[in-house]
Amino acid sequence: MIRSLLGPQNRNLWFWVFVGPFAVGLALFTYVPLLWSVWLSFFDAHNTVTPTTFVGLDNYVSMLGDDAFLSSLGTFLLFSAFIVPATYALSLGLALMVNRVRIAQAFFRSVFFLPTACSYVVASLVWKLSIFNGVRFGLVNTVLGWFGADQTAWLSTTDPPWYWLVIVTVRLWLQAGFYMILFLAGLQRISPRLYEAAAVDGAKPGWQTFRHITFPQLRATSVAVVLLLVINAFQAFDEFYNLLSDARGYPPYARPPLVYLYYIALGSEQNLGLGSAGAVILALIIAVATIVQARWFGLGRKED
Amino acid sequence: MENALVRAGRALRLVLLIALALLFLIPFYLLVRNGLATEADITAPDWTFFPRALQWGNIAELFADPNLPMARALLNSTVIAVATTLGTLLLASLAGYGLARIPYRHANAVFYAILGTLMVPAAVTFVPSFVLVSSLGWISTLRGLIIPTLFSAFACFIFRQYFLGFPRELEDAARVDGLGYWRTYWRVVVPNSRPVFAAVGTIVFIGAWNAFLWPLVIGQDREAWTVQVALSTFTTAQNVNLHELFLAAAVSILPLILVFFLLQRYIVAGVERTGIDD
Repeated sequence: MIRSLLGPQNRNLWFWVFVGPFAVGLALFTYVPLLWSVWLSFFDAHNTVTPTTFVGLDNYVSMLGDDAFLSSLGTFLLFSAFIVPATYALSLGLALMVNRVRIAQAFFRSVFFLPTACSYVVASLVWKLSIFNGVRFGLVNTVLGWFGADQTAWLSTTDPPWYWLVIVTVRLWLQAGFYMILFLAGLQRISPRLYEAAAVDGAKPGWQTFRHITFPQLRATSVAVVLLLVINAFQAFDEFYNLLSDARGYPPYARPPLVYLYYIALGSEQNLGLGSAGAVILALIIAVATIVQARWFGLGRKED
Repeated sequence: MENALVRAGRALRLVLLIALALLFLIPFYLLVRNGLATEADITAPDWTFFPRALQWGNIAELFADPNLPMARALLNSTVIAVATTLGTLLLASLAGYGLARIPYRHANAVFYAILGTLMVPAAVTFVPSFVLVSSLGWISTLRGLIIPTLFSAFACFIFRQYFLGFPRELEDAARVDGLGYWRTYWRVVVPNSRPVFAAVGTIVFIGAWNAFLWPLVIGQDREAWTVQVALSTFTTAQNVNLHELFLAAAVSILPLILVFFLLQRYIVAGVERTGIDD
């Protein structure tokens, strides 16, 4: 009996010696909270994690009927519409240029990759208090001032919503180098023979070669990059929180889902039931979006 | 003609790259410039590229300021980042090796259960995780800041993929010498896998040092603040002492810049690995 449990050469035992600690920890800190959260989401759980008042689907109903929650999803969509194409274009452009440059290639790669080491907190600090500071000594206001422009309160102006410029550029700066590295790796996997063959066929270097060789060959990388960009945009929290909140709290606009959830669950209300319902809804949205995207890109690939 | 055009294009590309590189470096320059300037220099209406005189005294002022617990925050961040890195490497590499190399009937089921957690981004589970950690009484403790972040399915996945490609001959030789799984792992596999440990380690370290949401939620007391939480608290406060804040931010990224330049090779390798595996 014990022999069969241990397996041949105690393999079962050794498997669990190696995998067990990790698996138990992962279960405890991922599956348990998830299940607990699902359970909490059916209760009225203000300020408590052991609630007694079962409220059925009330939390879900009020969450889905809450304009602020729906507008947080809208904020995410708008944010993605800016940040995904911008990062994609910049990181691909940087990769193409760095890949071809003959002087100081390692230097350029390091410089564009360096912001990866910077935290969102530090970058937000620089953007908020120096580059896009709304007063006269802000860097952008200073530069615009040389051309006679008035100073702009970048983060508190809602009409036009200049804060989007600040939010998008900070993330663009932080993450472009990371995706540039992915594109560089993709570029290096393209066989030089393809370019030779294209040259023989009379394709001009530059746009034609890019359009017919490079871009199609980067397809797998592009799919991965877009998926990562969307998932990361969905989880945006750090730069929104650090750029927009101040001593008076967080303004009523530009609240992406995680910021919204943070204030519901951990704000003054501590409504953990409602917050849990929101977390479950977001988890479902991410799961569905991932599957749909994978299917969609997967089907596209088969047709090639 | 063609040649001149190609040469012009190349020159243009170089100029564009240099301009972009300078643009990318501006934020780092601002950290140092503002950190070593006087408050009056920073807020002066006529913007100077270099501060009139570098204020090295700002450094002593920063660490003496009782309002901004910078030394404590740096210590917390160091302990958390080092412990998270070592713990993640140990747990994820063991699990990755077991999944890749030890035959077990339910190994696939275990693997998919681990992989499945990648579908649920950690940030979405922060409310339930907070609930769990607070009911364990771990709020504002190092335990609460470190232990829940140790189990990275992503790191485990990278190790498993790596060990699947590890040369079997080396392990077979160890087996012939009478070493079991445990000693084979420590004496043969780990010493021959340094690059992947360095790659995962640096990425985990940077992530742990820069983490914000989890330390913000768990490290509520002042004594438990990490560098990021301390900086954020003052960035979002009403009255900020600008030169001190910028200097604190510059100090906070110094260790990472060092790690980055020393281990860039491994980070790039690690990032490429992520991209391929996605």
